[in-house]
Amino acid sequence: MTALLSTTHLTMDFGGLRAVDEVNLEVRQQEIVALIGPNGAGKTTLFNCITGLYRPTSGDIFVQAPGAAPKRINGLKPNQVTALGLARTFQNIRLFPHMTVLENVMIGRHCRTTSNILGAVLKDRHTRREEQETVAFSYRLLEKVHLDRYVNELARNLPYGAQRRLEIARALATEPFLLLLDEPAAGMNPLETRELDDLITRIRNEMGIAILLIEHDMKLVMNISDRIFVMEYGKEIAVGTPLEIRSNPRVIEAYLGADSHA
Amino acid sequence: MDYFLELFLGGLTRGSIYALIALGYTMVYGIIELINFAHGEIYMIGAFTALIAASVLAIMGFGPVPILFLAMLLAILYSCAYGYTLEKIAYKPLRHSNRLAPLISAIGMSIFFQNYVLLAQTSDFLPFPSLLPEVPFLEPYAYIIRSSEIFIILTTLVVMVLLSLLIRFTRIGKAMRATAQDRTMAMLLGVDVNRVISVTFVIGSAMAAIGGVLIASHIGQINFYIGFIAGIKAFTAAVLGGIGSIPGAVLGSLVLGWTESFATGYISSDYEDVFAFGFLVLILIFRPAGLLGKTAAQKV
Repeated sequence: MTALLSTTHLTMDFGGLRAVDEVNLEVRQQEIVALIGPNGAGKTTLFNCITGLYRPTSGDIFVQAPGAAPKRINGLKPNQVTALGLARTFQNIRLFPHMTVLENVMIGRHCRTTSNILGAVLKDRHTRREEQETVAFSYRLLEKVHLDRYVNELARNLPYGAQRRLEIARALATEPFLLLLDEPAAGMNPLETRELDDLITRIRNEMGIAILLIEHDMKLVMNISDRIFVMEYGKEIAVGTPLEIRSNPRVIEAYLGADSHA
Repeated sequence: MDYFLELFLGGLTRGSIYALIALGYTMVYGIIELINFAHGEIYMIGAFTALIAASVLAIMGFGPVPILFLAMLLAILYSCAYGYTLEKIAYKPLRHSNRLAPLISAIGMSIFFQNYVLLAQTSDFLPFPSLLPEVPFLEPYAYIIRSSEIFIILTTLVVMVLLSLLIRFTRIGKAMRATAQDRTMAMLLGVDVNRVISVTFVIGSAMAAIGGVLIASHIGQINFYIGFIAGIKAFTAAVLGGIGSIPGAVLGSLVLGWTESFATGYISSDYEDVFAFGFLVLILIFRPAGLLGKTAAQKV
């Protein structure tokens, strides 16, 4: 099994604060990996380093698309990282509120399409075909996440759970081989969380996309993860299967505090 | 009634020109939240390019219609090159700095362009040939509207329609809207934001150049300072309509054009600016975000 994503001694400092400290993380093909840890452990910072929003202070990030050579991605711009095949969502909803549901997904196709202004004016065969394909592709994705009945609705008018699914569909539109989800279940009710659980598993099983997710909902994490990666104060403190993590004393201590462990 | 109509159409003409320039301000603001104070100078450079091109083409023996189109085309290309380079040199290196830095840079570029044209050309007013075609059947109505005014209004209308189609339906238009709404998210979805910003400057410059050629040909003279005055007016129009909003820029421009035209016609031309800016103050008191502007939501 090759690693799609691996970080080696990845470190990120903000002034005197070391938010991510020598982290070695690996995500393999077809894997669902959960990244957990108390608030402020550096999980989102790690995501920001991987997706190009931050330039890591030291250490390396390697990405290896299936069937391609590994590539070091430190310092690449976010749109270049996306073009390589990584996609992400955020903790808070970041849809384009004044665009329709379909348009939101179509933006995700931007780096996989090539039409320019000249094509838009001339409406040549290539441009027209590409436009049709983009609409068809985006519509199929919306069907997958059960949002096809909302296609022409403005994104901000959707119910909360549907907005979350739209974010995932939009990320999938970039055709990633690895999807990074930052607290996808945040603010969801138990029914929505169960649907999300099902959706994430389907993305992995049907589309063959590996998933790295940050999540606080332990039931969801334990249900779907192949491996769990635990962080505290920027450091990696444990990695293993859900069963191993559940009984790991370091993890229990990090979550409940040293006293209650005694 | 004829007098009213004349003022109305005169205001519409002014408003159209303001709109062509104001769109550049508002689009750039929408995407990078910068007031591009050098935008008026791009318009001035467009007018100068057209003047030089028209003079050379006239010597070469071209007719009036080919001169208009070629001079317009050259003015657009030249202004676009200036707008593109302006962004790369004066704004892009400052993108992650304090918001005041690019603003000061913009004012600096405005002064630089004015003085550059002053030195390279002249400080005098130069006569600008009347490039816009005269339509014979309109002559009886010349006391209400000149055919050059009709030409300006129609050209502006066509440009606006093309712009809104571009923004609504094309791939780059969607990328522009996405970048305006959430730049980071657009990047993470694979949009090359630097390219989108460049395209925005180029489109804004092209429209400013069209405005520059039209108004220079209508009024019949230009100098290095016209960009500053037109820029201030168009900026006022963009703020009046709600900066960042494209329909707002058009509405603000028309309102400003009419205010000036009616104030000049019914009161005194001395009071033109007093009314224009007085109206701006009133709007900003009662609707601080402008006519169609949204009150800025606090980003978390």
